Amino acid sequence: MSEQKQTEAEVQGAAKVSGFRRGLRGFQGFREGTTILIIVALGFAMSLLSPYFLTGDNFRNLFMLFAINGFVAIGMTLVLISGGIDLSVGSIVALVGVITGSLFFNAKMNIWLASVIGILFGTLCGFINGFFITRVGLSAFITTLGMMQVARGATFVISAAMPIPLQSIPPAFKFLGRGIIPGIGVPFVIVLFIVSAVIFDFLSRRSTSIRKIYYVGSNEKAARFSGVNVNRVRIGVYVLSAVVASVAGVLTIARFNSATPYYGDTIAFETISAAVIGGASLNGGEGTILGAMLGMALLALIQTSLNLLDVSPYWQNLVTGLILLAAVSLDFLSHRKRA
Amino acid sequence: MDPAILEVRNVSKRFGATQALADINLSFAPGKVHAIIGENGAGKSTLMNIVGGVHQADAGEVVLEGRPVHIRNPHDALLMGIGFVHQEIALCQHISVAENIHMRSLDEGGRPLVAFKEINRATRDLLADFDTHAHINPKQKVAELSVSQQQVVEIIKALSGNCKVLILDEPTAALTQSETEVLFRILNTLKAKGLVIIYISHRLAEIYQIADTISVLRDGRLIGTRPAGEIDQLELVHMMVGRELTDIYPEKARQELGETLLEVEDLALEGVFSGISFALRRGEILGFAGLVGSGRTEVARTICGLYRKSAGEVRLKGRPLELASYRDAIAQGLVYLTENRASEGLFLEMNVANNISVIDLDAVARYKLIQRRAEHSLARRFVTEMQIKVTGVLQRLRSLSGGNQQKVLVSKLLTVSPKVVIMDEPTRGIDIGAKTQIYHLLRRLATEGVGVIMISSELPEVVGLCDRVLVMYEGRQCGMLAGSEINEKSIIQLACLREYTS
Repeated sequence: MSEQKQTEAEVQGAAKVSGFRRGLRGFQGFREGTTILIIVALGFAMSLLSPYFLTGDNFRNLFMLFAINGFVAIGMTLVLISGGIDLSVGSIVALVGVITGSLFFNAKMNIWLASVIGILFGTLCGFINGFFITRVGLSAFITTLGMMQVARGATFVISAAMPIPLQSIPPAFKFLGRGIIPGIGVPFVIVLFIVSAVIFDFLSRRSTSIRKIYYVGSNEKAARFSGVNVNRVRIGVYVLSAVVASVAGVLTIARFNSATPYYGDTIAFETISAAVIGGASLNGGEGTILGAMLGMALLALIQTSLNLLDVSPYWQNLVTGLILLAAVSLDFLSHRKRA
Repeated sequence: MDPAILEVRNVSKRFGATQALADINLSFAPGKVHAIIGENGAGKSTLMNIVGGVHQADAGEVVLEGRPVHIRNPHDALLMGIGFVHQEIALCQHISVAENIHMRSLDEGGRPLVAFKEINRATRDLLADFDTHAHINPKQKVAELSVSQQQVVEIIKALSGNCKVLILDEPTAALTQSETEVLFRILNTLKAKGLVIIYISHRLAEIYQIADTISVLRDGRLIGTRPAGEIDQLELVHMMVGRELTDIYPEKARQELGETLLEVEDLALEGVFSGISFALRRGEILGFAGLVGSGRTEVARTICGLYRKSAGEVRLKGRPLELASYRDAIAQGLVYLTENRASEGLFLEMNVANNISVIDLDAVARYKLIQRRAEHSLARRFVTEMQIKVTGVLQRLRSLSGGNQQKVLVSKLLTVSPKVVIMDEPTRGIDIGAKTQIYHLLRRLATEGVGVIMISSELPEVVGLCDRVLVMYEGRQCGMLAGSEINEKSIIQLACLREYTS
């Protein structure tokens, strides 16, 4: 009994360090909360600075800005949790758009069937990523860097590097990307995105399959020594990442009425940044879908704010980069003293 | 008696609310090996870290050659002649031995290029002082050396400069028996030169081999300092744990052994081991002994499907096992405890509950969704049953002591109610209290009808716990001991076959 007390005292003692470090610990304990605070503070400041900020239109634009890439961020977060990285998502978004667009425009195929075929090809890219990473044993960085180039190249070959015009797509398909749900006045894509994010966040906390991703990312060998089929989990995350990127590819062409071969070259970096701002670690084992979504929201908010304030778009990358560095530095400092 | 070179006077240190060291007074004489022992968390490392400049004492002083000194960091300590060889080897693997040893002085006097000729010669001189057993070439890359050779390099690095005090923290943790002997020969040479050698270890047997003086720490306090010749092992253990440990080892199996649980016939893994045959019977603990590298771990992992066997057969309760992976073994009721707790066993950044539930997530899930309540109550059950000291099941593994981490690891295996457990070095790096609990647990499992195999490099525990012992030598099974044949001498003779017969 006295030993028990002593252990408790030790743990309390360990918590009683300096105020600064305690603050960092709190930060690390509830990363989502901190991100929400920053978002609210920034939103409040913007509502004072710009009369347009608190309007329905602005919010709709804000959400549209990150809804489609938000799908990609879901997959990216799971890849990061597994301890991997997927640089090829942006190319897959473009490739699926171009395959689907080309089947519809050039081959006169039904747009829905074309979309399914596009998504299948995108999924295949993810499977190839997973195969090279697990069976051949290449690093995730190199494999997906290669896939990024291959898929982008295929996009150019298929489209001859020209945008494919899709004005003639049926209205039902257009609705996916631009339709507004009558009654509530919210775009369909936003609802779809929010529902998916909520479901994935729930699953990431409760599902046995996603829990295995955390185990693999936390300690791959220990996962193997606990009977987890590590290769299946790792292939699974790259396939899932490619599937959500493919869905994003279809939604993108539905929204823009065209399939653009150059589209999406920054999506990988944007989604990695968002996930990391939201608490994911490049070492794996950590991160949440909610955190990544908040990270996306913060990045979109900053972008809109800079637009509303008439700041040159050239500044946007710079600011985004600084925020990422700040978030990662804080994360590093809060982890460093723990070991 | 020679005056002490190094003294610590009234040293105290707190970490938060924990009194890590309280009013420690020790003096270290030249030409003596002074062992400091104690359970994990007793304060040995903290004390050495203060002497080595890693930590600062809150109160008290360190006195070197009669003068109080202020050691601000490890570099200060080195300049004052205090060398510290840490438990983990911290050498740059991809550069040469000479460069490692002279790392600090490579750019002395603003020299732009490395004077390879000079440092190689200096290193050769240093190496020559040591036992020729080391056989180290100064130009060799560290990565090409064996662990014991690397340790020699570490020691020489610590000695370079004007070393008066050499601190060794668990230096034999990664060494085999014969390598340990080489190390001891080196330490005796250094002793003869009048160095103070401070030796921290868990292994009582080897402390008697090397130490002149023994100090025992417990809960941050100095319990006593005695000449090694005047204290026996039982008394020492008593000082360490503060209670009688008359039954470190549980009683061996008394009842008739039951039916055969696991049968292994002519098992082989190409290039590693071959011809392994034994039968494990209900109610017994079977030990695997042999030198590190003799193939014991590989045999265990092959039985469990972690490695693919190249020949032979494994039968569980009479049925042949064909395992495609470790998952299959778990499904059959065969589990393996890894010898590498941190790197292969635990999810250090995850909590206790997550670590315990990992093997059979479906047991705490409904419709593939994990039920937190079920997961936590499973964890709480094992925390109580195994007497794991935690603040709660949500505590992160990293913040637990080695012994408690090990208990979590064992709990994880027991969640699937195994028929056979194979434990690879189950007591490595844990304190004697936790060790005893593990021994009693293994015996209880055996009595309850679970087949237990224990691989261990610590001969006293093999002798104290096992009912039969399979001894391996260089990938071959070279003997099976039972009953009164099980003693340290006969195991060593078998395990070091070549050295004794040639």
